[in-house]
Amino acid sequence: MKTSSLACVVLAGALFGFGLSYASMIKPEVVLSFLRFEDFGLLWVLGAASFVTLLTYQLIPRLMGRPLLEAVFTKHSSEMNRNTLGGAAIFGIGWGICGVCPGPAIAGLGAANWPLAITLAAIFAGAYVQGRVMST
Amino acid sequence: MLLIDTLFPLGITHYLVGGLLVGSAVSFLFVATGLVGGMSTFFTTTLSYASTWSYFNQEKYVTSRTWRLAYAAGLVIGAAAWFFTVGESFQTSVSRWQLALGGFIVGFGARLSNGCTSGHGICGLASLQLPSLLAVLIFLASAMVSAALVKLLGGV
Repeated sequence: MKTSSLACVVLAGALFGFGLSYASMIKPEVVLSFLRFEDFGLLWVLGAASFVTLLTYQLIPRLMGRPLLEAVFTKHSSEMNRNTLGGAAIFGIGWGICGVCPGPAIAGLGAANWPLAITLAAIFAGAYVQGRVMST
Repeated sequence: MLLIDTLFPLGITHYLVGGLLVGSAVSFLFVATGLVGGMSTFFTTTLSYASTWSYFNQEKYVTSRTWRLAYAAGLVIGAAAWFFTVGESFQTSVSRWQLALGGFIVGFGARLSNGCTSGHGICGLASLQLPSLLAVLIFLASAMVSAALVKLLGGV
């Protein structure tokens, strides 16, 4: 990948990390308060982010032939199968226990929310076991 | 107004602005590079640097591991930028066992499902993918059940 593309990737990641932090999603207490129906704010975060992205994914490929720096617009593909749905159920169980999903676990490091490093390491361990199981 | 105060005791502005920024980030990534940026795949692609097991070394993971690592590095940089400007110091008081056990299950489940809150939630919904919509509804439901159980068991 071109250096200019990688620079844009870092910039996009930085905006993502800033936004997650600004929305207080790096506080597991806030996420858990949503899951316990005490504060529905998370719906604004997910809704606003999804809506902006919806407009982009649906309109930009029709307006631009190709991305600014690379050759093609890639597509998100999710498959309707047992792994997608069962994995989602398992993911939710973990999310409800710790209040941390993958993005905030990574961003937590930058915001000096050090206990989230435990979750970050644990997510790596869980991803390793999943890949190890799928390798056999 | 009473209803809004009840549903959103901390207000809605920061949630809305933060969500718009996250959506702008994913949009900018797409417009500039054409890439679709969920987060959880980062864990599998980064493990491909260290593990020889076949699952981690599939072409789709090895070829995307550089930009996914850069994306994650950006996430840390952006959170640090928040911390040193408008942010505040905060250490979570969620129990260590919750952070460890929950994290492990999150890692296993998100990778089995091939998506998390950002992959299925933001990118999948924005791509109008039915499997992602179902995944979101399923993980919201199971997370609400487990968060309630954890509280019953004395967790934070």
